Amino acid sequence: RAVMEQDIVSLKEQLLVKENEIGILKDKLERLLKDSQCSTEAIDVQGTVTQLTPLQEKPFLSNEEIMRYSRQLLVPQFGVKGQQQLCRTSVLVVGCGGLGCPLAQYLAAAGVGRLGLLDYDEVELGNLHRQVLHGEDRKGKPKALSAAASLKRLNSAVDYVPYHMQLTPENALQLVQQYPCMDIIADCSDNVPTRYLVNDACVLAGKPLVSASALRMEGQLTVYNYCGGPCYRCLYPVPPPPETVTNCSDGGVLGVVPGIMGCFQALEILKIASGQEPGYRQQLLMFDAQEARFRTIKLRPRQAGCSVCGENPSVRALQDYEKFCGSAATDKCRRLCLLDQEQRISVQEYKEILEEHVPHLLLDVRPPVEVDICHLPVSINIPLASLEDKKAPHLQLLKEKIEESRQKTDRKSDFPVYVICKLGNDSQKAVQILQEMSGVELEHIAAKDIRGGLMAWAQKIDLSFPQY
Amino acid sequence: MAAPISLHLEFGGGAELLFDGVKNHHVTLPSQSEPWNMKQLLLWIKGNLLKERPELFIQGDTVRPGILVLINDADWELMGEMDYRLQHQDNVVFISTLHGG
Ligand SMILES: [Zn+2]
Repeated sequence: RAVMEQDIVSLKEQLLVKENEIGILKDKLERLLKDSQCSTEAIDVQGTVTQLTPLQEKPFLSNEEIMRYSRQLLVPQFGVKGQQQLCRTSVLVVGCGGLGCPLAQYLAAAGVGRLGLLDYDEVELGNLHRQVLHGEDRKGKPKALSAAASLKRLNSAVDYVPYHMQLTPENALQLVQQYPCMDIIADCSDNVPTRYLVNDACVLAGKPLVSASALRMEGQLTVYNYCGGPCYRCLYPVPPPPETVTNCSDGGVLGVVPGIMGCFQALEILKIASGQEPGYRQQLLMFDAQEARFRTIKLRPRQAGCSVCGENPSVRALQDYEKFCGSAATDKCRRLCLLDQEQRISVQEYKEILEEHVPHLLLDVRPPVEVDICHLPVSINIPLASLEDKKAPHLQLLKEKIEESRQKTDRKSDFPVYVICKLGNDSQKAVQILQEMSGVELEHIAAKDIRGGLMAWAQKIDLSFPQY
Repeated sequence: MAAPISLHLEFGGGAELLFDGVKNHHVTLPSQSEPWNMKQLLLWIKGNLLKERPELFIQGDTVRPGILVLINDADWELMGEMDYRLQHQDNVVFISTLHGG
């Protein structure tokens, strides 16, 4: 009898161990299954606009939903009704970058019904400091897909529709207007033509547009085309001259700034979706991170004379916005071509000049903040802006340096000055300025630009030179 | 004669880069026969604060497209734009629209 009892105890112990092991295996399987569903391979990415199925009505919340969203259900202004409305709401996010990532993250977490995630671009290392849904393993993957995969891990109940394509006048209305339609549009784009395109599509389709932007340490936000408020064109009937527009890849941006603005956008969308009055209809929110200041500005109402939302609109269909704005619908840098071929040299040619010790001056015309990142040791730095303004101390420095190197020459021919910048755009402008100064403010010089700038140097000559 | 008036001028969104990167300017407009309005203020800025490349700030007789003007925290369109009659201690903001994301 004692033996039997011993056997029973021993068997029970063994069972417990096995049950434990089974539990561990089950957990592991579940985790792997979930990961595979949330990997980028498991998600279909759209390259065109396709018909979507209508979102299901939610007459009541499930127990799981009640638990999951309980903390926001307890907020009287939101409540069960707000949650049910949010579950039926589709939001189109134009741009899955610094604004779109935090925006989509909070909307997904809050339980929005559907998120259309649009971006034509792929993930790059230089995106990760602000585009927080993309990880190191997503480099080269479409941003729309990467965002959808990260969001699915956060909340698998939301319907994600990633669009890996450019928003164009041909597809924009279909995307915004299709049935079952997008209810709210979030402009998280990074360039002027897209901002006009999104605005006009929203006006033509009658959708509210929650728009934000960020640069360096500042952000702006407005809800356009909603309840008597202005549209983007009411405020900005004429696009800015392209040369006055700075993008994040030129001007830089502190990641947390679009982070804050994207969160603000998500908040405005939650309020509109749940039937509350948004705070920034006919208002502009200005955020200055340096001065630690939020400021709210009262804006003009919808303008009767507006060319798209006015009483007698001239814009009745989407147009060519790159032409209208005079710039491309991307934040990538344009390649200027201001000079003749004989006024430019390649990085290979410059390498030979260095190796053969030909007397010359290398002038780096980038702003000091970029020179701090990296520069060629032989260069002297005079920013393009200082050159344009012909600032006296800089002009003096230039004269001295030219004279210094000129002593090594026979002084018979024009002294060579090579100009370099990041990509070879500003350097061309600088060459034009130097040529005007040659023989006037300066000795006779032969100024040439180094094609492709330091980034070409890093790609073709010195692979250890940093790229940014 | 209208007495001299003091104004607080602010530049932001990158517009400050045309003013040596200085965002806040406390200025005094001299006394003149008529009261100061926005149109005259723009000319005064062009002549006194803005030394280089004025076309990046003013085009024709108004601000260039893409700069929003705010008077005492309101869109200047609500205040009469160029005809707004400036008051002592007014706050005028010139903000360049941001496009990045
Ligand atoms: Zn309008």
